[in-house]
Amino acid sequence: MIIRMNSRYFTTIIIIAVLGVLGAPGLRAQETLEVSHQTKLGIPPTPITISGFSGEVASVLKFDLTVMGFISVPAGSANYELSGNNAGNVTGQLDLVGDASQSRAGGAINTSGPRSVLFSRSYQGGSLRAQAHRLADDVVLKITGVNGIAEVNGQISKIAFKAENNTGGEIYVADFDGHNPMPATQDHSIVAAPCWVPGHFALYYTSYKLGPPCVFYQDLRTGTRRNFANYPGLIGSAAVSPDGRKVAMILGKGGSVNLYVGDADGGDVKQLTFTTEDNSSPCWSPDGQWICFASKVNERRALSKVPAEGGAMERIPTGGVSNPSEPDWSPDGKMIAFTSQYLGGFNICVVPAEGGIATPLVSGEDPSWSPNSRTLVYVRRGSGGNRTLSLLDVPTKQVKDVPRVSGSSNSQPSWAR
Amino acid sequence: MKNMKSKTLFNLIALSAALAISAIGCRHTPQKTSTIYGTAHPVNPNAMPIDNSQPMPNPNGNGIITTPAGGGPLPAGGFAGWAANSDILADQTIHFDYDKSAIKAHEQPKLDAVADYLKNHAGIAVRVEGNCDERGTEEYNRSLGERRALAARERLVQAGVDPSRLDIITYGKDKPVDPGHDESAFAKNRRDDFVVLTPPGQ
Repeated sequence: MIIRMNSRYFTTIIIIAVLGVLGAPGLRAQETLEVSHQTKLGIPPTPITISGFSGEVASVLKFDLTVMGFISVPAGSANYELSGNNAGNVTGQLDLVGDASQSRAGGAINTSGPRSVLFSRSYQGGSLRAQAHRLADDVVLKITGVNGIAEVNGQISKIAFKAENNTGGEIYVADFDGHNPMPATQDHSIVAAPCWVPGHFALYYTSYKLGPPCVFYQDLRTGTRRNFANYPGLIGSAAVSPDGRKVAMILGKGGSVNLYVGDADGGDVKQLTFTTEDNSSPCWSPDGQWICFASKVNERRALSKVPAEGGAMERIPTGGVSNPSEPDWSPDGKMIAFTSQYLGGFNICVVPAEGGIATPLVSGEDPSWSPNSRTLVYVRRGSGGNRTLSLLDVPTKQVKDVPRVSGSSNSQPSWAR
Repeated sequence: MKNMKSKTLFNLIALSAALAISAIGCRHTPQKTSTIYGTAHPVNPNAMPIDNSQPMPNPNGNGIITTPAGGGPLPAGGFAGWAANSDILADQTIHFDYDKSAIKAHEQPKLDAVADYLKNHAGIAVRVEGNCDERGTEEYNRSLGERRALAARERLVQAGVDPSRLDIITYGKDKPVDPGHDESAFAKNRRDDFVVLTPPGQ
């Protein structure tokens, strides 16, 4: 078989091997940054055929692969073939047929040429959903060299969000695809802006349970929580630093609305901005050096950043779109996703982290990056005014709604990192 | 750097070899079993009292520079347990232009009326509640509502009201008075409401 292998096929294998090495955990970030994927926008999805699976497993595979840049096509029309079954446990095999180099770039599908097995494996333990998510991530890692979004640290990736109905709002936690929603609060009061503690099953969020807005810290494993910061005026938009040691937030206590940063236990709070304008929605650069937030510069709304240790505020240009807010810095450091607004309409946009020309992607608000910096969870407004969470594969702009918590409007998603 | 490259090259060759070998031998046989660890975490929504025993962070701690603003810093303490009446000053609700927190000139008489009410009723306090229309994102509006409340507070302080008798809160766009989606609804929702607070036992 090796002898009959043509040179094109061999090239493909080498590319996969390179990506496999660079995507492997444990390598230093420097190496990954040199060669790993640049986020390219506007690329077509990669065709794949999916066969042999049924029911929930089939729908999970199709959903996951769609929001990770693939499109499910009829048999014989793709270079990648995922086959298997879910009798008892999930078993899957990924085959490469012919030369996929054109199809991944959106060109013609050439399925002539040898067939090879990229992997073949079975899964055990957990739910069938969890097994299907793992298989989807394995497919994505094998083909793209980049980790998928379905799992983080061996667990199904989680989102937190706000669910509102007539009796008030509650914070919910669910799988990233909206399944297994579980209420984290039952306070029937205004809640807002949940934010994960990186690497922990814990949240900060704004609550009006005590009357004025407060930020609560809640350990989701034990259900215990505490009032994180107790000041007069607005306390909101808590954002935890990548190392978990600092929390940025918006406070009104000084008589104006400004950005502050404090220790994770609420102590040693420093004021970082000194404006009399609006400031909102802080987020951290992945190296922990900067805090980006929505601000106003010369009466116009803008994204700005300030050193987390304190220092001069710098504008992050977002050319081509107006009224940016709700920034979220991608975990790989390259992009900032945000919401632009023109009259009453909101768009999800991305801009290089250093600023530049912004790219509007879809209609929606409040984006939050997946841990692999490829997919966004955001809010889509339905025709009835109810809001639904959706997943957006940024490079291909493919979108899938996630199920809404029954009878409610869902918003302010935060993807666990 | 050089070392890294040669390591990578070595890994690459090794992996290519491994891949080529595996491609020969394992066409339809699952070669690897992947174990999924437990995925269900308990999320406990019950029995979660708020622990207020946390010491309150020192508001004058390291690095604090107080922004000079018209109304000055907000007093600590709050008005927990005070009875709230939103009817008494309902006629004094003031409205704002889109995306603005500046008090419009024709609203000043209402603020004077609120200040007079405070002067004539010793012991009570007033909470200024800032609100926004639904345009603008949620946390942006939470900040904008705070600025609207602070703007009215500033005028009340200028009119001679003791800052310790004023509370503020922002609801952002969470508490519209008109649920409509047109400019007439928006105009009503961009507002400061004034709520009379009475201390416990009065």
